[in-house]
Amino acid sequence: MSTLMTYRIEHDALNELIQELRKEKYNVIGPTPRGEAIVLDEITSALELPIGKTDEQSPAQYHLKDRTDKAYFGFSAGPHSWKKYLFPPILRLVTASGNGSDLQISDDASKPNEEEKYALFGVRACDLSAIHIQDQVFGDGTYKDPAYLRVRNQAFIVAVNCTRAGGTCFCSSVRTGPRARVGFDLALSEVIDNEHYFIVEVGTERGEKVMSSVSRRPAGDTEMEKADRLIRAAAQLTGRSLEPDNTREILYQNTEHPRWDVVAARCLSCANCTMVCPTCFCATVEDTTDLTGTEAQRTRKWDSCFTMDFSYIHGGSVRPSARGRYRHWLTHKLASWVDQFGTIGCVGCGRCITWCPVGIDITEEFRVIRETYLMTSRVSSTKEATHGNS
Amino acid sequence: MKKQRKPKLAVWKFSSCDGCQLSLLDCEDELLAVAENIEIANFVEASRNVVKGPYDLSLVEGSITTPHDAERIHQVRRSSKVLITIGACATAGGIQALRNFKDVREFTSIVYATPSYIETLNKSTAIADHVFVDFELRGCPISKQQLVEVLSAFLNGRKPATPSYSVCLECKRRGTVCGLVTNGPPCLGPVTQAGCNALCPSYNRGCFGCFGPKETPNTNSLASYWKSLGTKDPELLRLFRSYNAYAESFRKESEAHEK
Ligand code: SF4
Ligand code: SF4
Ligand code: SF4
Repeated sequence: MSTLMTYRIEHDALNELIQELRKEKYNVIGPTPRGEAIVLDEITSALELPIGKTDEQSPAQYHLKDRTDKAYFGFSAGPHSWKKYLFPPILRLVTASGNGSDLQISDDASKPNEEEKYALFGVRACDLSAIHIQDQVFGDGTYKDPAYLRVRNQAFIVAVNCTRAGGTCFCSSVRTGPRARVGFDLALSEVIDNEHYFIVEVGTERGEKVMSSVSRRPAGDTEMEKADRLIRAAAQLTGRSLEPDNTREILYQNTEHPRWDVVAARCLSCANCTMVCPTCFCATVEDTTDLTGTEAQRTRKWDSCFTMDFSYIHGGSVRPSARGRYRHWLTHKLASWVDQFGTIGCVGCGRCITWCPVGIDITEEFRVIRETYLMTSRVSSTKEATHGNS
Repeated sequence: MKKQRKPKLAVWKFSSCDGCQLSLLDCEDELLAVAENIEIANFVEASRNVVKGPYDLSLVEGSITTPHDAERIHQVRRSSKVLITIGACATAGGIQALRNFKDVREFTSIVYATPSYIETLNKSTAIADHVFVDFELRGCPISKQQLVEVLSAFLNGRKPATPSYSVCLECKRRGTVCGLVTNGPPCLGPVTQAGCNALCPSYNRGCFGCFGPKETPNTNSLASYWKSLGTKDPELLRLFRSYNAYAESFRKESEAHEK
């Protein structure tokens, strides 16, 4: 394997990179300001990036602000996540048509479309981890999702290291960021002091190929160090944290914790947290027919464990209470996810905190339960110690 | 295959604005298919030609507000195999249920020259308060897509795909940025049933709650949270007291902010 390079590009060469990707027939998806937020959408030039924009985030609050500089990536994870491209919110799976004797079935989900060769431009470290989690969900094991894999395998990923901590995120505590480590074609770090440039780490041959047409030079040590320092500083500044160890014991031992009632009184079971979560992967399948009864369609839509139908079986819903649904969500995210996939299902992006209409904070809910666990295990270990003495 | 008899459809109007019935006429593209598969036997908004009952399917619009309504709905029920109510009036009493919070005689005395001519009930109530209803289709007005979906489901003997979860799911699926988080209240999306494809939020307006309370609505949490942000009681009352004012959870929430 050839050694992969690290380059320095000037800030105005960022557009060359975007144009190069477009030349390679990628549909470049990147952050762009729209209305009150920075969303993800198709971009055709670096000018469409949120230049000089930032966001202020706290539970149930997101506000777009101007920065004093011209940073391209001076903001944090927004309302959209990349899953809307890899795992589309609404996907027609099958159309069946017939007229009595003749039945035709079209496997719609397997049909590629021209737009789906994506270059995901500006993927943060947390979101990169989220993509890896969804890769496992949709791409590993016996039952793979062909539509996901088709789009995913073509996707070109330009990661961006965070040099600014957001108001609700906590990547460093769950060890997913702020630096992107693997799984990208290119990773950018933006440096603004008296100059404005990017350090570009090349992750793949294909990344190198794209870079070969962009104005660049090998990055110098001081420049790389500067970028490093900015990323390390961001790690220190994340306002929230979630202790990712022992989550299984903590939650499995506290299924009857009184805190579940407290959060249930606030939770709207509106499902926003699961919709914005970059790792949540649940979908429902709806079958519909037309009026004439000659055509039927099967459609997959993002679903949520916060709906009643989600756990509906013969006789009713398994989790009719908000308490049961919130507990299920948190316990799956942080505990049973480990049983299922070997890691926790939270990458610390903070979206569920920002976009919950009543500002329920996963780190706070978990902290309270964890404290009880620590207290009871301390009590029981002191008890054991006392028993041992007698 | 032997041609089956087309099911007979009747559309009935009670106290309402006709908006929901118009959704049926508005199904321009689908109307031919409807007409091909259903015999429209009684739909005075569309045709004066009335075929006698019994009917396989009755769509009922409007609420019960007069003694005459209260009697007539039983006749409709008797002549219908399947009865589906459509719209906020029929499913929750509609905007006219605002009277339920006041003394209706006071209104009639102000509005009408000869109030003694007015024969009306004290309350405007949902059809399901009077007769058994097979299915309720929400909305003010109902969504044309959902109406077609319910009719297709009826014709094909399957369950209609009309979920009772929150508007937020539809809002997020279409990628709308949540106005509640970026601009502050009000948006009733988190307590309102989906069905409109989150229309208002996509135009930067909060959800008005046209489709009524969602399954397990936690209006109390939403209202308390808004109150903590500075929304005053009279505004909270008005938010919950509109098209679906008399739907139970919205009614209780508005009453909690009364006086
Ligand atoms: S935690 Fe918040 S976003 Fe999630 S369902 Fe409850 S209220 Fe909605
Ligand atoms: S649970 Fe919340 S913080 Fe964790 S990945 Fe999902 S949205 Fe982000
Ligand atoms: S704008 Fe309203 S409907 Fe949309 S997600 Fe926010 S609260 Fe829900």
